[in-house]
Amino acid sequence: MTASRVLPPVAFGIAVLAAWEVLVVVAGVPAFLLPAPTAIAAQIGAQFDVLVSTAAVTGGNALVGLVAGFVLGVVLALLAAGSRLVSDVLTPVVLAASAVPIVALAPVFTTMFGSTTEIPRRLVVTLVVVVPVFVSTARGLRQVQPVHAELMSSLAATPWQHARFVRLPGAVPFVMTGLRLAAPAAVIAAVVAEYFGGLQNGLGSRISSAAANTAYARAWAFVAASIALGLLFHLAGLLAERLLTRGRTT
Amino acid sequence: MSAVSLHGVDKRFGEVHALDGIELTVDSGEFVSLIGPSGCGKSTLLRVVADLEQPSAGTVAVGGKAPRQARLDQEYGIAFQQAGLLEWRTVTENVELPLHVHGMSKARRRARAAELLELVGLTEFAGSRPSELSGGMQQRVAIARALAPSPRLLLMDEPFGALDEMTRERMQAELLRIARETGAAVLFVTHSIPEAVVLSDRVVVMSPRPGRITDIVGGRRPGGGDPTDDPTDLAPDDIEDVRESGTFFAAITAVREALRKGHG
Repeated sequence: MTASRVLPPVAFGIAVLAAWEVLVVVAGVPAFLLPAPTAIAAQIGAQFDVLVSTAAVTGGNALVGLVAGFVLGVVLALLAAGSRLVSDVLTPVVLAASAVPIVALAPVFTTMFGSTTEIPRRLVVTLVVVVPVFVSTARGLRQVQPVHAELMSSLAATPWQHARFVRLPGAVPFVMTGLRLAAPAAVIAAVVAEYFGGLQNGLGSRISSAAANTAYARAWAFVAASIALGLLFHLAGLLAERLLTRGRTT
Repeated sequence: MSAVSLHGVDKRFGEVHALDGIELTVDSGEFVSLIGPSGCGKSTLLRVVADLEQPSAGTVAVGGKAPRQARLDQEYGIAFQQAGLLEWRTVTENVELPLHVHGMSKARRRARAAELLELVGLTEFAGSRPSELSGGMQQRVAIARALAPSPRLLLMDEPFGALDEMTRERMQAELLRIARETGAAVLFVTHSIPEAVVLSDRVVVMSPRPGRITDIVGGRRPGGGDPTDDPTDLAPDDIEDVRESGTFFAAITAVREALRKGHG
C-alpha cells in the first residue's frame, strides 16, 4: 500500500476530529450531546485496562459465535448441496432467518439461559453469522463450470471425488466471502446483544451503563473500542480471504 | 485393433436428428478430423465416443470395448475448447488429476506429470497456477492432462478454437509431434479447413440436419493410408512445408468442395 493511498483518508480523519473539537469548544456543545475528542481520548487513557479486558470478552463472544456460525453455515450448505430434499427444506428457512432481526432474540435467550452466562450472546452471534455463510457457500457449491463437470465425468469420477476435487475447492472463494461479510457483523451482534442485560463484563454493557450514569465521554471511549474491535475482525476476515484465494481469477 | 469403430450410430435429441447412420473407423495411431458447419453433430459424435452421450441406435467400440468400459478404464484422454484447468491446483497437480482420481500414488504421479510437462515444454511452469499462464500454455497443460493415463486415443473438441492464429499454428505442430511420440490415435473436432487438413491423415466431412458423414478426404497424405508407413512426414519441422505444399492446397480444395456439396 502506498502513501498516496493511505494519506488522504488519514488526513481526512484528522481534519474531522479537529473540526469536531473546535465545534464542541467554540459552540459550547453540552457533553451529553457530544463530548470533545480530547475528553474521549482522556477516558481511553484512563480506562485503558478496562477497555482491553471488556474488548477481550466481547471479542471472545464474537469469535466463538463466528466460528460456530461459520461451521454450521458451511455444514448446512454442504447438506443442502448433497440432497435436493434437504435443500428444499433448509433454504427457505435460512433465507427467512435473514429477515429476522436476530439481536431482538437476545433478551429471550438471556431469560432462557440465565444472566450469568455468555451463551445468549454467543448464540445471537452464531445465528447472525449462519445466514451469510450459508448463502454464499451454497452459491459456491452450485457454481460448477460445465467444462469441469464434463471433465470429471470423462474421468469416471465418483460423486465424492467430484465434490473433493471440484465442488469443494471451487466453493472456497464463496465461503471466504461469506466469512468476510460475517466477521464485522459478528462484532456488531456481540456488542448489541449485551444491551439487553446479562453479564456486565463486555463493551456493550459498559457503553449502556456509562451512558446511563451520564459518563458520556466514557461511553464514547467504549464505542471507540467497539469500532476498533469491528475493524480488527473486518481486517482478519479480509486477510483470511486473501490468503485462501491467492492465484485465483474468480 | 481399431481405436474407434462406429456402426450405424444414430443420435436424436427429441425432434432433432443429431447423428444419422454414422459409419467410421479410426485406426490405432491414426489422426482423424471431424469437420462441418455448426450443428452438424461433430461434437455430439465425439461425445458419443467419450461416453458423455448415449447413442440412440448403433454400436460404438473404443479400443475394442463398450464406451462406458473404455471411459472407466481411461482408454481415452479428452481436451475441450476451454482448457478447463482447476485454478486452485498448480500446473503439475492439474496434469496429475486423472491419475489422482484413479488412485495412483503421489510419487508415481509426480514422476509422470514431470514427464508430460517435458513433453509439452512446460517444465519450468510446473509449480505455477493456471492463471499465470497464457491461453496456449493452458491448452498445452490440458493436453498433458489428457495424456496422463497414457491413453491410446485422444479426443479433442476444438481445442485450439479460442487461440489466436499464430499460437494455433504452433500448437498444431506441437500436437502432431506429441501424437507421433505417444503413438496415440486422435479424433479431432474442428471447423477450420486448414487445421483439419494439416493435422489429419483423414478428414471426415459432415453435414447438418440430420448430421451425417458426406465425404472422407485424405489430409496431408491424400487418400489416407497407413500412418506408420512414412513417419518422417509427421515431423513438426515439416508442418510448415506441408502448409505451403501443392497437396495441402489440393486437399483444402477437396474438403471445401465436400463441405459445399454437403450443404447443397
